[in-house]
Amino acid sequence: MDLIWLIPLLPGLGAAVNGLVGVRFFSKRAAGLVACATMAAALALALYAFFELLGLPAESREHTVRLMPWITGMPLQLADGAVGTFSIPWGFRLDPLSGVMILVVTGIGFLIHVYSTGYMHEEPRGAYARFFAYLNLFCFFMLMLVLGDNFLVMFVGWEGVGLCSYLLIGYYYEKKSAADAGKKAFITNRVGDWGFILGMFLVWTTFGSLDFRTVANAAAAMPVEAATFGTLSLITLLLFIGATGKSAQIPLYVWLPDAMEGPTPVSALIHAATMVTAGVYMVGRNAVLFSHAPMTMEVVAVVGVATAFMAATIGLVQNDIKRVLAYSTVSQLGYMFVAMGVGAFAAGIFHLMTHGVFKALLFLGSGAVIHGMAGQQDMRHMGALKKYLPVTFLTMMIGTLAIAGLPPLSGFFSKDEILYKTFLHNKVIWTAAAATALMTAFYMFRLMSMTFYGTYRGPAFEHGGGHGRKNGHGHDHDHVQGQGHGHGHGHDHDQGHGHGAHGTWHGPHEAPKSMTVPLMLLAAGAIVAGFVGVPAALGGGNAIEHFLEPSFVAHATHTVPALSEHTIAGESKGEVVGHATAAAEDAHAGEHHLSVAGEIGLMAFSVLLALVGIATAWRFYVRAPEIADRLAARWAGAHRVLSNKYYVDELYDATVIRGTMAGADGLWVVDAKVVDGAVNGTGWVTVFSSWISHLIDKYVVDGLLNVVGAVFEEGSYLFRRAQTGLIQNYALVMLFGVFAFVSVYLFMR
Amino acid sequence: MITPTHYLALSAALFMIGAIGVLTRRNIIIILMSIELMLNAVNINFVVFSHQIQNVVGQVFAVFVICVAAAEAAVGLAIILAFYRNKETVNIDDMTLLRW
Repeated sequence: MDLIWLIPLLPGLGAAVNGLVGVRFFSKRAAGLVACATMAAALALALYAFFELLGLPAESREHTVRLMPWITGMPLQLADGAVGTFSIPWGFRLDPLSGVMILVVTGIGFLIHVYSTGYMHEEPRGAYARFFAYLNLFCFFMLMLVLGDNFLVMFVGWEGVGLCSYLLIGYYYEKKSAADAGKKAFITNRVGDWGFILGMFLVWTTFGSLDFRTVANAAAAMPVEAATFGTLSLITLLLFIGATGKSAQIPLYVWLPDAMEGPTPVSALIHAATMVTAGVYMVGRNAVLFSHAPMTMEVVAVVGVATAFMAATIGLVQNDIKRVLAYSTVSQLGYMFVAMGVGAFAAGIFHLMTHGVFKALLFLGSGAVIHGMAGQQDMRHMGALKKYLPVTFLTMMIGTLAIAGLPPLSGFFSKDEILYKTFLHNKVIWTAAAATALMTAFYMFRLMSMTFYGTYRGPAFEHGGGHGRKNGHGHDHDHVQGQGHGHGHGHDHDQGHGHGAHGTWHGPHEAPKSMTVPLMLLAAGAIVAGFVGVPAALGGGNAIEHFLEPSFVAHATHTVPALSEHTIAGESKGEVVGHATAAAEDAHAGEHHLSVAGEIGLMAFSVLLALVGIATAWRFYVRAPEIADRLAARWAGAHRVLSNKYYVDELYDATVIRGTMAGADGLWVVDAKVVDGAVNGTGWVTVFSSWISHLIDKYVVDGLLNVVGAVFEEGSYLFRRAQTGLIQNYALVMLFGVFAFVSVYLFMR
Repeated sequence: MITPTHYLALSAALFMIGAIGVLTRRNIIIILMSIELMLNAVNINFVVFSHQIQNVVGQVFAVFVICVAAAEAAVGLAIILAFYRNKETVNIDDMTLLRW
């Protein structure tokens, strides 16, 4: 466990090697090998550390490694007037929460690295190494984010993953839409980061420390701000603004659907499984703060459920396979925030984990589909792909059933846990969340139906060989040995964008092994991941909740054994972990608990919802495809609003972006008129005063000189008469002078 | 008996003759000669008073003056000669180069 600092550093090393050397010199095989090897090593280390952690008794499962000091002792004033010492170490902490997170990041990250070696095969050599350097760099920062033991180290990772997200969304930088999407993601994230930074400042001035454990323990001693909006509420609200940016919640979710411009493995790793969950993780990491601020919790829950519902409705009508999944991601992240908002932190992290697995699976599956369709992303041009991509179909079906929430797949347990906790907390939020679950099942099966069932609607292709030219949606691609068709730079969204179509396309085909094997592993994960959290009502122990619990409470009050939620629920666990604090008590005090029958009833209801959604989608898109079109025509207005994503992008464009532009224009005018005016004014003053000086110099100074000159000149006309040049005149004058002086001398004596 | 007064009268007369010669004559060589007259008038004064007060310094000085006058006459005649080569004249009225 003392080596946990190596876990982020290994991918970082891979990124450095690939980025500095690989881009120039490595073959594709070498670049892929470096990237995958470092990730495999990180995964192995993470597994080792995790099992070491599991071996410890529950209350001591926390291990901090201080690598070296970063910021050493700097005096800074606190809110109460005292002067604290601002010192930050490069510290890493392994506890149940970060343990789960490093497993998710390294596990899914490793599989996606392997998958990428197949998916990115057609890229040129340098770009290939660049891609893996970015991907490794992302894993480095993400692991730093989850392992950091204080806000600042976390913030380094937080910004780093944002940077890598930007780099990878804009990977096809020749394509303007991809470059724009990268900028959009980065700038939107900056808005959130502003909140995070302010929250961090406030944490420092309030607690005099940025260490998570210290802050949590200090916060636990503060009263719960049930009726007042105090410091803790403000801190948590600001942190939550940061979370909305990173985790794509209202109002900052707009960047995530556009982020699909990046290569599909990137969408899977960054924009589904790991980075976007950073906000959820951060809320979970500060669970003690949040549970002391019920008002913020309400905000979190409401924002979460609103995002979940809204994104799900948009997802109903999208036609781009990756965009459906993107909105699904936004929606599922909303679910996680609902869980956080109702105080079910463990359920939220549990859903984070299962979602990471099955959403990565779905994205990679969609990547395999896109790969098989040579770059086509529009589901209207797919259909009946089941027989061409059997492995992809099977694995994606597992993922879809998991996200829809059918038992015994992983999504069922985690989503149901959230729904159950929400039901106990607030019926209105529960209703919206349940409706979202229905829609989730619907749009996911719509995706499956349009992609894999029905009739083939894609571009025509020839069976077998031949070198015929294709019209319509031909794509440029080389036929490489046996497997793997190229999909040129950029997967365009619109149809009919064939660029030349020189090569031959033998129709949809299954992906190579390097892609299907990760799919199968993830599918296995999607099946089994839920079993770590089987609820008590179904005879399970909800192991993950107990495992994670120590990360969500303060540790200072070991001696005060308070009743935790689980003991109230009557679970058979004897271990009353003595760290449930007043906060935890208060959070649960108002809740009543359903009987086992009631809980099972709720589960049955949500399964029923999922089945209804699946059946409806099946009926609309497989049995009678015309129904969907008829409904779309009948509710044309609503359909248009949903297709245009509620016009939120347009709204932001009209308000924020135009506002910024107008402000910039205004400031430009100020700059041109006032600032430049002032500069020009001083210039004019200088010119004018120098003109005055010039006049003074010319007329006064030169005038005096000229007067003197003139006096002498005029005088000379008079006196030069004496200079006759006749020597006798001079002698005469001299003689008279001598006489005169002698006479004066004689007579005056 | 010849008294110093006589000598002084001679000297004054000689000096006046020289001075008038300098002021009135137009030939520069005559002017130079007139200057010699004036110098010799001074020499007479020196010798008279040397004899009168029995001090030999005056006579030594007179010898000096004669020497300087000789040198002066040499330099002056050289200048006049150079001038004459340029201007073909020794008339003092034509020597007005330093006029304004």
